[in-house]
Amino acid sequence: MMPMDRREPLDRIKSRRDSALAALVSGVPYLTWLGIRFDRRGDELTAILPYEEKLIGNPMLPAIHGGVTAAFLETTAIIELAWAAMWEDMESGRTVPDAAVAASPPRLPKTIDFTVDYLRSGLPRDAYARARVVRSGRRYASVQVEAWQDNRARLMAQATGHFLMPQG
Amino acid sequence: MAETDQTRIAQQFIEAIPHARALGMRVDALGEGSATISMPWAEHLVGDPRSGVVHGGVVSALMDTSCGAAVMSHPSGPSSTATIDLRIDYMRSATKGQRITARAECYHMTRTVAFVRAVALDEDEANPVAAATGAFTVER
Repeated sequence: MMPMDRREPLDRIKSRRDSALAALVSGVPYLTWLGIRFDRRGDELTAILPYEEKLIGNPMLPAIHGGVTAAFLETTAIIELAWAAMWEDMESGRTVPDAAVAASPPRLPKTIDFTVDYLRSGLPRDAYARARVVRSGRRYASVQVEAWQDNRARLMAQATGHFLMPQG
Repeated sequence: MAETDQTRIAQQFIEAIPHARALGMRVDALGEGSATISMPWAEHLVGDPRSGVVHGGVVSALMDTSCGAAVMSHPSGPSSTATIDLRIDYMRSATKGQRITARAECYHMTRTVAFVRAVALDEDEANPVAAATGAFTVER
């Protein structure tokens, strides 16, 4: 691994990381359609799902659709996993996806199975999620993910999933 | 009530759900504790731009909706339901351009909990795309 360059200009570090993240996210039409975006602090990602009427699954309560919650969690897990997998390459200056080059969308992990625990009904407001890669091997990975709305400690849902890592 | 009437009422129910409408869901059949709901492939639902395969989240939404409909159609007449947990196994990618159909069945019902399983299919019905099992709340 190449040694870290302590003197690397901050704007270059930020633009490298932001552009790699943008390439991961912007390549997926479904993320754009749901309105999901990612906030980055160093290597920590927080997924944001801004509220929209089309996300509603129970108009009486009203509550966000359980499928939307599952999709939000699964997406957060996949992006976190792909992001964590390319971090080393990105920081050591090896080739990484570039948002400016639309020709080569990055390969994403494939979901093997995904289990969602619904803890509270989703309110008609913004939701947030963070994923943690519990174990990432050469072929398989296990990821845990949590979503919340107003209070970080009051989870809306949590999930665990297993993923097949892209090969080659 | 004739089954076609019940299916029509279920379709109106689905159309009152903004997210189901946004995905273009259609009720194909409704039984006693079972439901078949389908939706078309669409460009904006793609999760893997390399293959044009829809995102797993779309399959989740369809599975969740069909499972909920299976609970609501149970002869014991629940007044409402919500997902407690849902596990989805993704067996293969749904083929680009093909309609996805979810068949759900409520195989056990207690006073407060419904146990449901479902499969998701594309046009190759012998080879399921995904399978789901879930537990749902039951309000009486």
